[in-house]
Amino acid sequence: MKQRWKRFKQSYLFYNFKRDKVAVVSFTILAIMIVLSVVAPLIAPYNPYDTSAIDVMDAEIPPSWMEGGESRFVLGTDIQGRDLLSTMLYGMRLSVIIGCGAVLLQAFLGIVIGMLAGYVGGKIDAFLMRMADVQLSFSTLMVAILISAIFQLAFGVGRYEELAIPLLVVIIGLAEWPQYARTVRASVLGEKKKEYVEAARVIGLSSTRIRWRHILPNTMSPVLVISTIQVANAVMSEAALSFLGLGMPVTKPSLGSLINSGFEYIFSGSWWITLFPGVLLVIFVLVINLLGDFLRDTLNPKLYKG
Amino acid sequence: MFAFAIRRISQAIIVMLIIGLLGFSVKHQIGDPVRDIVGVSVSVAERDALRDQLGLNDPFLVQYVRFVKNALHGDLGMSFFFKKPALDVILAKAPATIELVLVSSLIIIFMSIPLGIYTALYPRRLFSRIVMGSSIVGVSIPVFLTAILLIYLFSVELHWLPSYGRGQTVNLWGWETGFLTLDGLKHLVLPSIALSSIMLPLFIRLIRSEMMEVLETEYVKFAWAKGLSPQRVWFIHAFKNTLLPVITVGGVQLGILIAFTILTETVFQWQGMGFMFLEAVERSDTSLLVAYIIVVGALFVVVNTVVDVVYGLVNPTVRITGRK
Repeated sequence: MKQRWKRFKQSYLFYNFKRDKVAVVSFTILAIMIVLSVVAPLIAPYNPYDTSAIDVMDAEIPPSWMEGGESRFVLGTDIQGRDLLSTMLYGMRLSVIIGCGAVLLQAFLGIVIGMLAGYVGGKIDAFLMRMADVQLSFSTLMVAILISAIFQLAFGVGRYEELAIPLLVVIIGLAEWPQYARTVRASVLGEKKKEYVEAARVIGLSSTRIRWRHILPNTMSPVLVISTIQVANAVMSEAALSFLGLGMPVTKPSLGSLINSGFEYIFSGSWWITLFPGVLLVIFVLVINLLGDFLRDTLNPKLYKG
Repeated sequence: MFAFAIRRISQAIIVMLIIGLLGFSVKHQIGDPVRDIVGVSVSVAERDALRDQLGLNDPFLVQYVRFVKNALHGDLGMSFFFKKPALDVILAKAPATIELVLVSSLIIIFMSIPLGIYTALYPRRLFSRIVMGSSIVGVSIPVFLTAILLIYLFSVELHWLPSYGRGQTVNLWGWETGFLTLDGLKHLVLPSIALSSIMLPLFIRLIRSEMMEVLETEYVKFAWAKGLSPQRVWFIHAFKNTLLPVITVGGVQLGILIAFTILTETVFQWQGMGFMFLEAVERSDTSLLVAYIIVVGALFVVVNTVVDVVYGLVNPTVRITGRK
């Protein structure tokens, strides 16, 4: 472990990271946000899921520094009288869980399919990539919206809201696998022709072993780059679905559903219910995108264009 | 070329059949056409008779073939809520969405080309850095948040522009247009800006990177060596060749705008197809939902096929290898 850490500290990646102020700052912010969302139940002043602690009389209290604000609700309250800061922390936690879950699922699908298409080639490759092309041409958001609409009709609203977290992971995972598959396939095609693969074949290793132990580790740098960006995309998709009412219910709000519930009250001047979760969401997505840009510039893998 | 076009079109037809199959199985599994027709106050025996009469007890494949046949005649089923053919409902809502997408694409084209070229020519200038910096921020802001912030700023605080709806429209040969009245145009401003905000940064970055790549090529260097004026080299020699990738990516991206209209239309209560789709989901109007999937699917397939064929016309290497 110590050895690895030492090797990492001397690596090209770390050297560049130290010199890039934007990357350091965004990594710090991202780390803080992830830690905050992991320990949210411990540090949040209130528990937004505990209905007995919520009082509707506290609804729409502005942030504490404004006129009419109360010091016990630092960022004010939402329409149901929940402390906005606590609700946002819990919401970010949900967004992070769903984002990472969805990326794990699409990484699994994408790597299996991309590896199959790239290594086997031929008709299977043509079919799988055509499928990916078609799905991508519909845009991931459209596919996600359609799948969630169908799921909601099939399960019924109540049941859908109960199962919202795993369903959203499945929906976003299914909608966004093609990008992974394309990236993995492109780099598998590049690696397949290299000499070490031929050498491995000559010494009689099975093709499964060559695929997973020899080629796969060498395709990891584009996968790493695309994973960071995909987390940002998944969080955005989740927010969009929740905003449309096809995602997390208001009783267990993610950042998107908080923005949605605040939107109806923006005309009466309660801007904070929308603005604070919105800013949190934008910062979260922005730092991931900046980190993704940094990784792409540093590792410089040949990403599949488009 | 002809063979290439035929191949692409036959692929498009296969894709359409698969979309139809998906749509039909949704309808088959979830929807209930008998309910769509008679409502709840009809006895079970009569329902069963109607079921038989409608052929709902036939095998899945037979029903699917019938579904495709009807779809080809423009019959996509009845909307349960509107009590009208689903296609008519969608076509009535289409002009609103098309106008919104059209204005947004115009904004995108006329903003991204100058900005993209400028940032490629002078990458180190302060203005270019501001543009590139704000473009990455722009990518990170969800379109519905942009829309809400625009509403808050321009309608709630400043009272400059209306916040929802299409305003006054004029019926022009059956096409409800908002272009011809001042009120309609005012209502278009915020939604189209919000919708274009999601694609604008992507287009600026795309044009910039393509332009920078082209500026490094040999033939541009040769053009400089010939002593041509900078304007001629930039706009006639270099820019023309950046257009090719921009058109292909651009065509697909404009199709993707349709997905984002669902979000924009929800925020602005814009009476278009996207807004109708969400209402259909809320009302469990399965036929309308399936019809929407098929219409939008057809739209995507047509756009992509046209873009591919045009690309094949412009770039012969594509149609020879048959692959991107």
